Amino acid sequence: MTPSQAVEQLRQRFGDAVNVPVLFRGETSVRVAREKIVEACRFLKWECGFDMLTDLAGVDNYGTEPRFEVVYHLYSMTNRCCLRVKVPVTEDDMTIDTVTGIWAAADWHEREAFDMFGLKFRGHPNLKRILMWDGYPYFPLRKEFPLAGMDAELRDPESGAGRVEVAPMLGGPFVPGQGSPSSILREPQQVDTIAEEQEKLAHPNKKESV
Amino acid sequence: MTRPDFIVTRLDAAIGWARKNACWPMPMGLACCAIELMAAGASRFDIARFGAEVMRFSPRQSDLMVVAGTCTYKMAGAVKRVWDQMPNPKWCIAMGACASSGGMYRSYAVVQGVDKFLPVDVYISGCPPRPEAFLDGLMAIQAKIATTGKLSSPIIVRGEYAPKLTS
Repeated sequence: MTPSQAVEQLRQRFGDAVNVPVLFRGETSVRVAREKIVEACRFLKWECGFDMLTDLAGVDNYGTEPRFEVVYHLYSMTNRCCLRVKVPVTEDDMTIDTVTGIWAAADWHEREAFDMFGLKFRGHPNLKRILMWDGYPYFPLRKEFPLAGMDAELRDPESGAGRVEVAPMLGGPFVPGQGSPSSILREPQQVDTIAEEQEKLAHPNKKESV
Repeated sequence: MTRPDFIVTRLDAAIGWARKNACWPMPMGLACCAIELMAAGASRFDIARFGAEVMRFSPRQSDLMVVAGTCTYKMAGAVKRVWDQMPNPKWCIAMGACASSGGMYRSYAVVQGVDKFLPVDVYISGCPPRPEAFLDGLMAIQAKIATTGKLSSPIIVRGEYAPKLTS
């Protein structure tokens, strides 16, 4: 069974809850309503042969509505094909049913999506943070969260290891200095090359003396 | 002429000499730097030439903490706890860019240098540093131990001289 056949069966079974599939570069994606995700996944696993959940991830489409998405990457060992299932989740109600009962692999993936985006998976056996520590107040992969981080308490403040500080981005490897026209000035390596570079910028038409 | 069967030295010098040639590292391997640390410990680079081959996985038995790798905020408490469990006198190497400054991880999850909560003696550059660079750092620590590890000097209780943490 090909992915498009599987989606066709899914559409016959669930009707309006399943959108028209999108085929892009040979990959089939289909959007499923949040209420039907568990039933749809069960159908895909037991009727269509998608017996492996390779990945489950959250997506933050900041500025659009619905804002969040949960993406399931399914693989069929028997048919050797992939299918991508996307479920839109609104910011107002960030709950979605867990699929851990169908693929046990979903356990840690859903915990990661919860940790990074704050998506709540209803019925998950152990929904707690997996990368950050318990008590961390933010969801770091949300778009409004700055890469540099935000001030927060550590898990064990009595250890004396300080607290989470905002990382200095300026001067870091991925942030060029503001207002510098050339890369040598942005990331100075040697003093003499800076002087040369400044000279070059001051006299752009001057030929280099040999 | 017979060889003398005694030497005259200062106690500090003798103790410093003994200490510097018997650093027992606490390998706090957190990322890829730990692989280079392991290479330094293996036969080709042979850290035993410096008397530091006894990697102790118990902080109670070690006096040189090597923070080798990216220290996340989640790990920071554990690293600090291990450091606190090491008996004085003790020294600390920040191995690699991440341990020294956060390296390329300017991020919400990574401590921007373990000197935020540990009194680092020697920083080793590199990403990761080659074993030779680590051995060079070890020799720098040895020089520091030999010259500053006096019985009378405050380095003996240097744990108390750790930089105050920003709160």
